[in-house]
Amino acid sequence: MVMGRCAACKYLRKACPEDCIFAPYFPSNNPQRFENVHRIYGAKNVATMLKELEPLQPYLRAQAVETLCYEAESRIQNPVYGCAAIIFHLQQQIHNIESELAKLRAEIAILSSNGHGQASEIQLSTDQVHEDQSGSSSKAPNWFI
Amino acid sequence: MAGGNGTSPCASCKLLRRRCAQDCIFAPYFPSDDPHKFAIVHKVFGASNVSKMLQELPVHQRTDAVSSLVYEANARVRDPVYGCVGAISCLQNQVSELQMQLAVAQAEILCIQMQQESTVLPSQPIDSCIDNERTYFLNNSLPQYLNFPSSSSSNVIHDSLKMEGIFGHDMVS
Repeated sequence: MVMGRCAACKYLRKACPEDCIFAPYFPSNNPQRFENVHRIYGAKNVATMLKELEPLQPYLRAQAVETLCYEAESRIQNPVYGCAAIIFHLQQQIHNIESELAKLRAEIAILSSNGHGQASEIQLSTDQVHEDQSGSSSKAPNWFI
Repeated sequence: MAGGNGTSPCASCKLLRRRCAQDCIFAPYFPSDDPHKFAIVHKVFGASNVSKMLQELPVHQRTDAVSSLVYEANARVRDPVYGCVGAISCLQNQVSELQMQLAVAQAEILCIQMQQESTVLPSQPIDSCIDNERTYFLNNSLPQYLNFPSSSSSNVIHDSLKMEGIFGHDMVS
């Protein structure tokens, strides 16, 4: 039936059966979604993955399709690293925040125990420690730490 | 089924049961001693899609591309629902939590400094400073990459820790 085909069947130029595996997840009003997924994974692989998810609850199958679409889009935008680039960026962010937090906690410990005069001296040395840490982290952007 | 120059076929040609040409696009990245690597990439992406992706990239970027494809494929096989998006969600939560701790620490420093520097102004208890900072922080939403719950994302992150030294430079485009 030509009328009411899902985005996948439209893209693949075939009839859209009533039990089309793609239809619930690729409505015809958003053709780009299936195009992206098809480009990265291929229709057959997506169909296989959806079949393997059949035992799961419908909302989980829908989530799986959403994440596939997200990863496909990430890969199209960044053909070398895909969404691994986002993971790297977040791990760098975590590393930076943890460094900053360690510095602040050291400052708190000093301020709490010694008072203002000594805290100024310590602030200078913790700034130096932080600069050293920043220098070393920029040389080796290791997202596996 | 030897390669074009008589050497052993690469893992991809072995799996696909075809002759491994001398200019085989997969051979540099899928050596025959690690068949699992290509098997998992083929399962998730398909050999022809991987071939197309590699052909569209300059040679010096293909190693990293293959590494990230293997990573994503492993994540998807381990977590068929969320894949490596689960890891992203988990890391985002970690970032949010750490930023909150950072804000609390900053507020604490401010309160301590206020108490130490001023004897004239009425002193504010440290706890209420921290609570005010936390309330402000919670009321201002952070930019989120996405809003997926994480499932087995901790396994995906742990595996990233094992892949030491694969990516040696900035990956963010």
